Amino acid sequence: MDDFYRDYILDHYRSPRNFGTLEQPDAAAEDVNPLCGDQIRVELKLDDGKISDVRFFGKGCAISQASTSMLLESVKGMKLADVAKLPKDAVLENVGIGISPTRMKCAMLGLRVLKSAAIGRLADWPDEE
Amino acid sequence: MTQTSSVTLSAVEGRRAQGDRSVERIIADFPILARPTSRGKRLVYLDSAATSQKPRAVIQALVDYYEQYNANIHRGVYEIAQRATDEYERARVKLARFIGAKTSEVVWVRNTTEAINLVAYSWGDQHVTSGDAILLTELEHHSDLVPWQLLAQRTGAELRFIPVDARGIHVLDDLDRLLDGCKLVAISHASNTLGTIAPLETIIPRAHAAGAVVLVDGAQGAPHLPLDVKALDADFYAFSGHKMLGPTGIGCLYGKREILEAMPPFLSGGDMIRKVEYTRTTFADPPRRFEAGTSNIADAIALGVAADYLSALGMPWVREHERALTGYALERLSALEPRGLAIYGPRDPERSSGVISFNFADIHPHDLASILDTEGICVRAGHHCTMPLMEKSGWAATARASFYIYNTEADVDALCEGLEKAARVFRI
Repeated sequence: MDDFYRDYILDHYRSPRNFGTLEQPDAAAEDVNPLCGDQIRVELKLDDGKISDVRFFGKGCAISQASTSMLLESVKGMKLADVAKLPKDAVLENVGIGISPTRMKCAMLGLRVLKSAAIGRLADWPDEE
Repeated sequence: MTQTSSVTLSAVEGRRAQGDRSVERIIADFPILARPTSRGKRLVYLDSAATSQKPRAVIQALVDYYEQYNANIHRGVYEIAQRATDEYERARVKLARFIGAKTSEVVWVRNTTEAINLVAYSWGDQHVTSGDAILLTELEHHSDLVPWQLLAQRTGAELRFIPVDARGIHVLDDLDRLLDGCKLVAISHASNTLGTIAPLETIIPRAHAAGAVVLVDGAQGAPHLPLDVKALDADFYAFSGHKMLGPTGIGCLYGKREILEAMPPFLSGGDMIRKVEYTRTTFADPPRRFEAGTSNIADAIALGVAADYLSALGMPWVREHERALTGYALERLSALEPRGLAIYGPRDPERSSGVISFNFADIHPHDLASILDTEGICVRAGHHCTMPLMEKSGWAATARASFYIYNTEADVDALCEGLEKAARVFRI
């Protein structure tokens, strides 16, 4: 588990990218990790069915915050329909090494909230699909 | 008593007679503490406030019941049914002695939560009405808060709270005003989040003088503190077996005899009746009035063995061991304060039941717990089922270490080394 906390993870934890809120988001969702109470809110600005801007707001552990920060770096320009189909590997490719099963929900929270914003209802847990 | 468990127990009693309560020999009674973790680390178990580990004698009592005399109680006339009934009722006697109660005042329940719900529904619905007040404290676990919220919603009663200061110590300045018009006071013996021991000897007489009935949530009391419910003069005392060396799924509600006798049943069905006709029923006397259906027989018997184990050590010794260990831990941990360790709760081990909550710099407690886990160190992280207290205190979450009879200064040292590792991992 201590393998997880690499420099770039801690960098995203301490300096999250796209952190904050949008003036008038076109879509948004939020959720809480039932395990530890981590909270994530994701707001999207849309242009012709594609994500033109994104912000997230949240508090919680390094896994949930860094996972979300890294995930959102790659979603600008994506179609909502493609966001809805993002697999858990979209997160695990960034942060997969060293995550224990008990912390998987922390890693998946940001992806779940992003997909929820994209489909307009609470999405399934990506690791349970 | 079975052969195996009586051998183990007499070993404990023998040690006590010799004045030998060395923790090394206690540790040897707990099989799980001899098992290394998957990473080959020694198990450093610092989460006994969540659930305690179990000594061999308790585990053996479960096996003995199922292997030797598994039968339902109170009805069978054959030999093993009689033995099961005898052992089950003997366990009740043991638990009554353990807390200083009469046997008829001990009701078997699943756990503290069920005990509190029993009182909230059975006693609460009968006695609490609109305009009454229910007094709690700001420290309460959800199990001693949510049942009273629901009772207040059902009845229109008002919830009030004894405040705590920044160290989690009860502030009693306004107690008389808070008690005015109060029907019930429900208060935890010790806080599961901060360890604070409640000043029950002050609160209970004043609550009684104000006409209130007092329930003590003893989930963190009975396992750790010498207890005499009669001297304490609590009207109800609720506790779980699994936090005091016993199995999960069994606990006790103590209630004063005259109060229990006047209470209607909580759950109804078999085993709690005197006479049943098609359209009406006369109920059994307490405690069986409150024990509907087949009880948790094996676990009750094993909890009796757990009470024997603690009694053999002596609860004053248990308390002193934990007080000393808490003092040592506070001293060692305070050395990390200049590097960002924040310690919550009482700083005086006299006021703490062996629970220390903390945060370390900007490391989220779940990350901290994960890093400690790699070293075999088990701590809890989160809101500890006290979300209002966390909100009031401005903590999103905390890490928590809690001690019991099998913990040593070496465990505290391991925790401190684990925190050093966390500091390295997080480049602090």
